[in-house]
Amino acid sequence: MIKQKLVMVGNGMAGVKTVEEILKYAPDAFEITVFGAEPHGNYNRILLSPVLAGEMTLSDIMLNDLAWYADNGITLHAGRKVVQVDRVRRIVRADDGTEAAYDRLLLATGSNPFILPVPGKDLPGVIAYRDIADTEVMIAAAASHRHAVVIGGGLLGLEAANGLILRGMDVTVVHLGDWIMERQLDRPAAELLQASLEAKGMKFCLGAQTAELLAVEAMAELGAIGVATSAGQSQRSVRVGSDTDARVAAVRLVDGRVLPADLVVMSAGIRPNTALAEAARLHCDRGIVVTDTMQTVTDPRIYAVGECVSHRGVAYGLVAPLFEQAKVCANHLAGFGIGRYQGSVTSTKLKVTGVDVFSAGDFMGGDGCDEIVLHDRAGGIYKKLVLRDDKLAGAVMVGDTADGAWYFQLVREGKDVSQLRDHLMFGQSFAQSHLGDAGHQGQSQAALLPDTAEVCGCNGVCKGTIVSAIKEKGLFSLDEVRKHTKASSSCGSCTGLVEQILASTVGGAYQATDKHAKPVCGCTDHTHGEVRAAVRELKLLSIPAVMRALDWKTPTGCATCRPALNYYLISTWPHEAEDDPQSRFINERAHANIQKDGTYSVVPRMWGGLTNPTELRAIADAAEKYKVPTVKVTGGQRIDLLGVKKDDLPAIWADLGRAGMVSGHAYGKSLRTVKTCVGAEHCRFGTQLAMDMGVKLEKMLFGMWSPHKVKLAVSGCPRNCAESGIKDVGISGVDSGYEIYVAGNGGIKTEVAQFLAKVSTDDEVKEMSGAFLQLYREEAFYLERTCHYVERVGLEHVKRQVVADPARRRDLYERLLFALKDAPDPWAEHQAESLAKQFKTIPIKAVLEENRHDLAESVSA
Amino acid sequence: MTWQKVCPLDDIPMFGARVVDHGGDAIAVFRADGDTVFALRDACPHKGGPLSQGIVSGSGENARVTCPLHGWNIGLASGEACAPDEGCSHKFATRIESGEVWLDV
Ligand code: SRM
Ligand SMILES: Cc1cc2nc3c(=O)[nH]c(=O)nc-3n(C[C@H](O)[C@H](O)[C@H](O)COP(=O)(O)OP(=O)(O)OC[C@H]3O[C@@H](n4cnc5c(N)ncnc54)[C@H](O)[C@@H]3O)c2cc1C
Ligand code: SF4
Ligand code: FES
Repeated sequence: MIKQKLVMVGNGMAGVKTVEEILKYAPDAFEITVFGAEPHGNYNRILLSPVLAGEMTLSDIMLNDLAWYADNGITLHAGRKVVQVDRVRRIVRADDGTEAAYDRLLLATGSNPFILPVPGKDLPGVIAYRDIADTEVMIAAAASHRHAVVIGGGLLGLEAANGLILRGMDVTVVHLGDWIMERQLDRPAAELLQASLEAKGMKFCLGAQTAELLAVEAMAELGAIGVATSAGQSQRSVRVGSDTDARVAAVRLVDGRVLPADLVVMSAGIRPNTALAEAARLHCDRGIVVTDTMQTVTDPRIYAVGECVSHRGVAYGLVAPLFEQAKVCANHLAGFGIGRYQGSVTSTKLKVTGVDVFSAGDFMGGDGCDEIVLHDRAGGIYKKLVLRDDKLAGAVMVGDTADGAWYFQLVREGKDVSQLRDHLMFGQSFAQSHLGDAGHQGQSQAALLPDTAEVCGCNGVCKGTIVSAIKEKGLFSLDEVRKHTKASSSCGSCTGLVEQILASTVGGAYQATDKHAKPVCGCTDHTHGEVRAAVRELKLLSIPAVMRALDWKTPTGCATCRPALNYYLISTWPHEAEDDPQSRFINERAHANIQKDGTYSVVPRMWGGLTNPTELRAIADAAEKYKVPTVKVTGGQRIDLLGVKKDDLPAIWADLGRAGMVSGHAYGKSLRTVKTCVGAEHCRFGTQLAMDMGVKLEKMLFGMWSPHKVKLAVSGCPRNCAESGIKDVGISGVDSGYEIYVAGNGGIKTEVAQFLAKVSTDDEVKEMSGAFLQLYREEAFYLERTCHYVERVGLEHVKRQVVADPARRRDLYERLLFALKDAPDPWAEHQAESLAKQFKTIPIKAVLEENRHDLAESVSA
Repeated sequence: MTWQKVCPLDDIPMFGARVVDHGGDAIAVFRADGDTVFALRDACPHKGGPLSQGIVSGSGENARVTCPLHGWNIGLASGEACAPDEGCSHKFATRIESGEVWLDV
């Protein structure tokens, strides 16, 4: 196969991440050429601040050194800036004349620091803070000069100021806004932060606008080198052109104040670097405009990722969202065509040692929001949580940020927090212990653990080992930490803790994965959502087809992925996709439930919990004939025959079948039972015919496969004798009709079902319940029960589809009926000789000693 | 030990198994990818679960069965439980000859 040519412009964090992902997905698809304006490999830009502060060295922060490019067959043109893209001939040209042709072009040019258009901006000693070169200039200046001014009190400005102070300079931060970091912090938080930075020696001029930068000779005329002149004094300044090499000496503010400055760091924001793209006439609007597949809207051969991009009108300036873009982009470049980038919620963490600041989401609040605030001025702690519609919309914290990762997760997942509300402010461990849900997951305070604390009990990994692996190997995600340290790779109960250590070590660059974003299993990198989407979008009809299309890593999958794939296939393409019995758990394959001794249980369906003398007689006869050791009434209103030998299964089914009984599917990820109470048929309180409704529902749903088991109940009145309040779908009769509840669960963790809708007729009950179950069948991940599914997507989402939109409801309902059309009776099917044979044990005689010799001879003959 | 004829290969479903009764001892005969056939004592090293009823995956040296009771993975070629679990199920030699499966018992 001839490889396609991929050229990447911009050798930074987002671009190289994309290349790494492509190498994972499709290592042989491309011949890759990379142009980078900087003369280095790819380094971890966000760690420039610790380098400036003297906490790390440049070699510590290299992510991909030059050897990495060579090892992966990538041609790297380091120190060469691309100046032209010829979209017609599909060639890029660099400033030294180097050319490269492309089939696919990836722009990852990052952004440019915004340089204030003030006189003196080009003087020596005036720099931005963006790359290794800037950092080196700052380190050198700190060694020989005294005064520094940082223009811009945002995240970067403060990190720069902090580093320069640690290197011995006298630093003033000039900031236009009324408080520092106004894009990440509200005023009280910023004031607290400012106080702790002032305690480290940082000075601030707030609400201050820079008028010009003065050079040495200008200062000489003022006769005031090194001394700030008083405000209001009118001073004549000399504008110094770039033709002189006089160094910057001071900053004059609009209000007249003059601040001495041998070094000026401009940190007043960034602008997406779109010059090259604009010259190539790609549509730009505060960034190169891309679609959800990270392709430019102008030219589908050209992709763009990183800070240079504008996605749905947003340009991101933090690593975590850029890495998400990189993953999606790589997936499309590698030709899989699944995954969409849908925008990100971001969080911020200031990397100033000893000062803890965290903010995420909408932290300002305002109309329609509630705020929970804790403000301990003396203790230096401020926390504000912003709630909207029972969800956490944002959080800002100064002084104690231990629960930042947890709050951020709640913001991103958009979870309903009304139950947690009273305890939310006190952090994860406290809130969860009050819900009886502490588990192993979330001990917060990861940052406070000593390095020697054992984090992963299974593999004996300590915190210190994890932290140094993260720093040394440049790890950003849980999976990478697992691979390199083995922490949380076995039982997984320490996952929450490892994630927190990761978050507190790498700050904003932490790539949080919610649990649904994890791969299905070790056989693939794809998540449940991606596999589902691929099955639908590429119309895949068999397990081998899915594995081929998605480049499964194992030839035939495993016991985890195959049942999930089988479900996605048959639920997405009913009557078309191939149902593979060998990819089902034994219970579904044998249509009976395996017991601890290898025998099986047989549970005939009793529609709505009803039976009659003929059925009972047939059950009694079968129990005697097949010597069934235990006959039991189940919790699901029917009779269980336990301890049947596998060899006898086809025969006992045939006997029960003759009495009209079919499988109860008591074994499947499928419809189980519809429990009923006696209802208005007999009960003096009954308002509706519960038994009749229950039988109708059970018949309608017969043979329904689902992500997990599904149980229903119909009660004749709100006394709910059939336990409708804890069922996947629970129906409660009332005088004027039925109330429908969904997403209840009576199992491992009891969940009360939530009210979905009230309807008046039996047909509406069928349509509404059916539409809900079809939505669940189409959207839930394998092994997600209705309560977990609804918790993930939100009841509002379900109501919008099923209650508010009648056309959508009918569509869902019709798709369900289509899928269930002609649902086979698996017990009858297995009477057929070819299928029944599998249940039979094959006897071979134990061979007597004297016959052995003859037999061996006859075999070899 | 003697070679005994079991059944035609096609009587064992692909990625499935049949149970052979050898004088009261149950032996599971598995068929994995590439028409490879393996045989183990039909008892999981964990708590004796019937391995014949598990999900079979992989092929050759990597073929394995997942026990239906608690999900241990057992290598079909070796009979050894896959890490982190430990234990071993007795294995029997097999071969295929003119479409028939033979077992060395
Ligand atoms: C037979 C029965 C117990 C009984 O003797 O009454 C039973 C037996 C089993 N239950 Fe159950 N459950 C039975 C009613 C229930 C109920 C009550 C009910 O349905 O009203 C519940 C709680 C309600 C619910 O599910 O919300 C229940 C909650 C569970 C759970 C926990 C589910 C959860 O989401 O938390 C499991 C585990 C699982 O499915 O993963 C489970 C799993 C099992 C399994 C299938 C375990 C297994 O895989 O081997 C048991 C099979 C025994 C066998 O071989 O037959 N069983 N199980 C009941 C069969 C009802 C039927 O006629 O189909
Ligand atoms: C000091 C500092 C601290 C930061 N701290 C954090 C933090 O704590 N958390 C966080 O999430 N983010 C932080 N960031 C932001 C983060 O580093 C950026 O969001 C990220 O690096 C952007 O990645 P990118 O690939 O889009 O751009 P870059 O990493 O900037 O890479 C773009 C590359 O393209 C090159 N280039 C541009 N044009 C051309 C051309 N025409 N030809 C060839 N090469 C070209 C540039 O030289 C550059 O090397 C920080 C940034 C800085 C500077
Ligand atoms: S509660 Fe259910 S799963 Fe547990 S032992 Fe009883 S039947 Fe088995
Ligand atoms: S008996 Fe096989 S895993 Fe427990």
